[in-house]
Formats: sequence, C-alpha cells, structure tokens
Amino acid sequence: MRHLAYVSVLAGCLVAAIWLEPVLRVGVFRRWRRLLLTVLPVAAVFVLWDLAAIAAGHWHFDESQMTGVVFPGGLPLDEVLFFLVVPVCAVLGLEAVRKVLRRPAGDE
Amino acid sequence: MTYTAAAVLGVLVAVALDLFVLRVRLLGRVVFWATYPLIVFFQLLSNSILTGRDIVMYDPAAILGWRIAYAPIEDLLFGFAMVLLTLDLWVWWGRRGVD
Repeated sequence: MRHLAYVSVLAGCLVAAIWLEPVLRVGVFRRWRRLLLTVLPVAAVFVLWDLAAIAAGHWHFDESQMTGVVFPGGLPLDEVLFFLVVPVCAVLGLEAVRKVLRRPAGDE
Repeated sequence: MTYTAAAVLGVLVAVALDLFVLRVRLLGRVVFWATYPLIVFFQLLSNSILTGRDIVMYDPAAILGWRIAYAPIEDLLFGFAMVLLTLDLWVWWGRRGVD
C-alpha cells in the first residue's frame, strides 16, 4: 500500500471537493467542455514546469511511495494526476463559494 | 534559476495574465479572495503529507528554507500561480459562452 501514498493524498483532495457538485449543484462536471479547456492547458503548463524543475534538481521523489509509473524526463504519473486533480478541486471551490456568497466572478 | 525565483516568476506571470492579458481580474473579486483561503487550507494539509512523509523532497540550495507545515514557502507561490491561472481560464471560457 506504501506505493499509493501520493495518489491517496490526491483521492483525499477529490473527496474533500467533489461533494460540492451534487450538494450545492455547482454544475462543474456538467460543464465538462469548459472544465477540460481549463484544466488541460493548466496541466500542460505545470507539467512543463515540473519537468524543468526535475531536470534542474529543484525536487525529487520517493518512488516507493508513488505508483511507479514514470514518464520520460522522470515525470511520475502521480504528478500528472496532481495537475489534473488540483485544478478541478479549485474550480469546484470557486463555484461553491460563488453559489453561497452570491457574488459575481466576471462571467455572468 | 532557483525554485524561489521560478515561483516568484510564476506568480508574476499569473498576475499579469489575470490583470492585463486575459483581463479576467479575479484579483479584484471578493469571490476569489473568499475561495483562496479554503484552497490554501487544503493545500497546506495535503502538502504537509507529501513533504512531511518525504514523498517530495527539495534541494536545499534551490529554496529559501522557510517552511510552513513542512512545505517550503515556495510551494505556496507555486500553488497560487496554478490556482489563479486555473480560475482565470475557467471564467475566461465562461465569458466566451463555453459551457
């Protein structure tokens, strides 16, 4: 189970945010095209940053606590999932706060 | 370039995109500043596991060494840039009628 440590943290983030979709009816997953167009460019940019940081030695990983799937450049699958999960959670958070506070975000 | 410099640059780029390029200007919105503390709370929680358990380790020469809940302060800047860019794009597409 040790190799699931990183993805367990990501699963925890998803669990903490995903209930906002049905409970507050934020409709983030219903707007899946917009979600993909938001999350994929962000993930692409931050994967590039990650690759550069790995190459520069800014950080490294304990692969015994990760899935073990590693892409070229030493990029672990776990990191790619991070850059997909965190933006989705952020959008869920924004839409939930918008719904509760009834304040504009600029796209009304 | 150190992680410190890269993280500061990342924030500056995200802020410039928000204010001048995408012109979404979430930085001027209550809804952003009400959302961001919630995100930071969960970031500190999850990041403290990733760094406290040494799943992710940092080159001491690449960071200042100031840490919050085990994570280098640079991670907060990295996270801010990522969250601001994400929410800017989400609102930007919404303005263009993409749903």
